[in-house]
Amino acid sequence: MALGAVVLGAALGFAAVKFKVEGDPLVEKIDAILPQTQCGQCGYPGCKPYAQAIASGEADINCCPPGGEEGIRKLADLLGREFKELSGEHGIEKPKSVAVIDEQICIGCTLCIQACPVDAIVGAAKQMHTIIADQCTGCELCLPPCPVDCILMVPLPETLDTWKWKYPVIEIKSAHHA
Amino acid sequence: MLELFRFPGGVKPVSHKEASAAAPITRAPLPKLLVVPFRQSATGAATIQVVAGEKVLKGQIIGVAEGAFGSAVHAPTSGLVRAIESRMLPHPSGLAAPCAVIEADGEERWVELSPLDPFDSDPEIVRAKIKDAGIVGLGGAAFPSHVKAKTVIDTLIINGAECEPWITCDDRLMRERADEIVSGAIILGRLMAAKRIFFGVEDNKPAAAAALHAAVGGMPPPSPQPLSREGRGAFHADAQTIQVISVPTLYPAGGEKQLIRVLTGIEIPYGKLGPDFGVQCFNVGTAHAVARAVQHGEPLISRIVTLAGNFARAGNFDVLIGTPIDALLALGAPLPDTDRVVMGGPMMGFTLHDTAVPVVKASNCLLAMSPALFPPPKPAMPCIRCGACTRACPVVLQPHELYWYARAKNFGKTQEYHLFDCIECGCCAYVCPSRIPLVDYYRFAKSEIRAREREKLAADLARERYEFRQFREEREKAEKAVRLAAKAAETKAKLAREEAAKVGAGETAIAGEPGNTETALAGEPGNTETASVAPVNDKLALIAAAQARAAAKKAAVAPQNTAELTPDQQAQVAEAEARRALIDAPKDSA
Ligand code: SF4
Ligand code: SF4
Ligand code: SF4
Ligand code: SF4
Repeated sequence: MALGAVVLGAALGFAAVKFKVEGDPLVEKIDAILPQTQCGQCGYPGCKPYAQAIASGEADINCCPPGGEEGIRKLADLLGREFKELSGEHGIEKPKSVAVIDEQICIGCTLCIQACPVDAIVGAAKQMHTIIADQCTGCELCLPPCPVDCILMVPLPETLDTWKWKYPVIEIKSAHHA
Repeated sequence: MLELFRFPGGVKPVSHKEASAAAPITRAPLPKLLVVPFRQSATGAATIQVVAGEKVLKGQIIGVAEGAFGSAVHAPTSGLVRAIESRMLPHPSGLAAPCAVIEADGEERWVELSPLDPFDSDPEIVRAKIKDAGIVGLGGAAFPSHVKAKTVIDTLIINGAECEPWITCDDRLMRERADEIVSGAIILGRLMAAKRIFFGVEDNKPAAAAALHAAVGGMPPPSPQPLSREGRGAFHADAQTIQVISVPTLYPAGGEKQLIRVLTGIEIPYGKLGPDFGVQCFNVGTAHAVARAVQHGEPLISRIVTLAGNFARAGNFDVLIGTPIDALLALGAPLPDTDRVVMGGPMMGFTLHDTAVPVVKASNCLLAMSPALFPPPKPAMPCIRCGACTRACPVVLQPHELYWYARAKNFGKTQEYHLFDCIECGCCAYVCPSRIPLVDYYRFAKSEIRAREREKLAADLARERYEFRQFREEREKAEKAVRLAAKAAETKAKLAREEAAKVGAGETAIAGEPGNTETALAGEPGNTETASVAPVNDKLALIAAAQARAAAKKAAVAPQNTAELTPDQQAQVAEAEARRALIDAPKDSA
C-alpha cells in the first residue's frame, strides 16, 4: 500500500509551489474533508468558502452533494454534531463523472475555460478545447456557458486501477435466530 | 547445519500435489491466436509499441515498461498483430484491458537476442536487461523484478517453498531446471551484493531440493571479477555462500516474511519489508527467468502453469503467455463435473469469470473445481470470538477484530489493526469454525481504503489547482487595477498637457518659436498616440488607438492556462489538435 501511495504521489508531482495561504486550522480541517469538486452546489463559490461558512456557523454540514453521506458523517465527527441527511435543495449524490468536449462541435469560444474552477480545460481562442480528464472534478460548471452545448458529462468507467472488491454478501445462518 | 526458526500460526491443509507433480513439464502446443495483455505486472502497464496489421517476431518487444513500476511485454511467438483491443483479463474483477491479439504464423521465428555475460557486465546493465525482459515475480504477485533487484542486501532468499496446496509448477521447475535457477540466483545475488543465498524448499519436495543441491555443487568456480559500483558484483558462488535448505511444510511458509523468519530468524515488524533488514526474496521461477534473460537474452514469454484439481491429466505445462486458458485446460482433460476454474491455489486464488481469458505472467496454477472436490461452503455463522483465527494468523494479526471493523466499514480502525500487513493467506478463514469468509472482508476494506486514498490525492490536486486559479485571478485583477490606474493617470496627464499645449500654442504663436510643443510631447514616455499625432484633432487616429487598446485589453483577459502545460497536457492537446485536423480536413476539401 505504502508503495501504491508512492507511485501515485510521483504521478501527481505537479506544481511544487503551493499557493496556499495559512489560514484558520478549523477551516483547513473542514476543507480537507470536502471533496474539492468546486461545483458551488453548496451555495458558496467553492469548497473553501463553504468550509469557512461551516466554521463560522453560517452554513449547515449537509449541503455538499459530491461529498455525499460519507462526507457529512466525517464533518459531523469533526465538529461533534449529529449526522443529517443530505439537504435535497442542494442536489443529489451522483457517480463521479468527467466532462468531455465534443470536438466536432466546439467553436473555441473559451467560455468554458473561464468557467472551470480548476483550469482543467486547455485551448486557445478559436481552437478546439480539450478537457484534461485527470484534472476534471466533474463540477459541471462548464456546461451552462457553452453556447453550442458541446460538453457532456461521462461517468468514469471502472478500470483495473479503480476496481474495488465488493462488500461480501454472505448468508449468515443464525442471523434470524440471534 | 543452519538453525531454522518457526513463524507464528500457519495451517496444514492437505497438499494434493501428487497428481500434478508426477509427470515432467510438457510444452503446450502453439495456439493459433494469442491474447497478450499489456498489463502484466502488479504495479503498472506497458506502453503499446505495435499496431494492428504489424508483423512481429517471437520475443519482440510490443510494450515498453511504463514509468518506474511498469513492466515490458513481448510477442510470445512470431506472427501478425490482428488487433490491439480491450479483452477480459484473468483478474478477480473480470474487467477488460488493452491486449495485443497475435495470430501465430507457426514459424516461431525469434527476434535477434543479445545475451550478456553476467559476470562481466555492469550490474546496472544486468538490471536493465531484467527490466527489458519484462520479468515480474512468477510466484503469483507479479511485482517487477528489476525494481526489487535495486536494493543492496545481505541475504538473498530464493523461494521454492511452494506452500499452497495443489500447485506444483515450482517443484517441477526445480527438479528439471535447477541449473538455471541457481544461475539466476547468482546473477541476482551479484546484482544486489548479497553475501549469501538461501534456497528455501518445503520438505515435502525432496526431489526438488536434491536437484538444487546437485546444481549448487556443480557450479563453476567463483569468477574473479573486479568490484563494481557499491561493491556489487562481488558475489562468489561456493558452498559457504549458497545453501539449499529444507523448511518444514507449513502453510504459508512461502510467504516472504514467513520464509525470511524461518531461514534467518529475522522478524519483520508491521509496515516493514525484507530489504529494510537486508533480505530480499525471489521466486524460483523468477530466478529461472532471470537466467534465461541474461544468459540467453530471452524475454519472459512463457511460464510453467500447473493444471490441478478436477482433471483427468493433471500436470505442468510450459505455456506461452497469451495462450487462451480454454486451450490450456483442454490439455488436462477437465472432468465433466467441473463447475469453475480458479487461478492460483485454493487458499489465495480467485475464480475466473470466463475461461476464454489468456494465461498471464501471474498464472501459476489453474485449479479445476467440482462440487465433489470443493463442496460449496456452508452458510457462515456469527463470530464467536473463539480466537482460532488469531492463533492461525502467520502475521500475528487479530483477524476477528479486523473482520469486525471491516464489516462495520470502520476503515480507520482496520488500519490501526494493521490491515495492510495482512497477506490474505486465508489461514484465519481456514480455521474459522463459523466459516466466515474473512479474507473477503479484508480485500473489501483494503480496496475501499485505496479508493479513498486515490480520492484524497485527486481532491488535493483539485484544491491546489483551485487555489492556483484563485491566485491567478487575484493577480490578474491586481494587474488590471494597476493598468487602469496607469491609464487614468495618463489620461489626466494628457488632458493637462493638452491644456498646457493650448495655452503654450497661443504663447508660441506670440513668441514665434514653432516646434517646441512636439518635442515636449515626444519626450513623454508611453504617450505615442499623442506624440505621433500632430496637436490637431485627428479623429481617425483616435479610433485606431481605441481599437488597439481594445485588442490589448482582450488579449490581457484571454484565458492564460495554455502556458506552462505539463508534457501530459501538451500531449493531450496535441492529440486533440490532431483529431481536430482530421475533423477539419473533409470540411476543407468539401
Ligand atoms: S458542494 Fe461543491 S463547492 Fe460546495 S463543498 Fe461540495 S464540492 Fe465543494
Ligand atoms: S472541465 Fe467542466 S466539469 Fe470538469 S472541472 Fe472544469 S468546469 Fe468542472
Ligand atoms: S475463528 Fe472465526 S469465530 Fe473464531 S474468533 Fe475468528 S472469526 Fe470469530
Ligand atoms: S488472511 Fe490475513 S488476517 Fe487472515 S491469517 Fe492470513 S494474514 Fe492473518
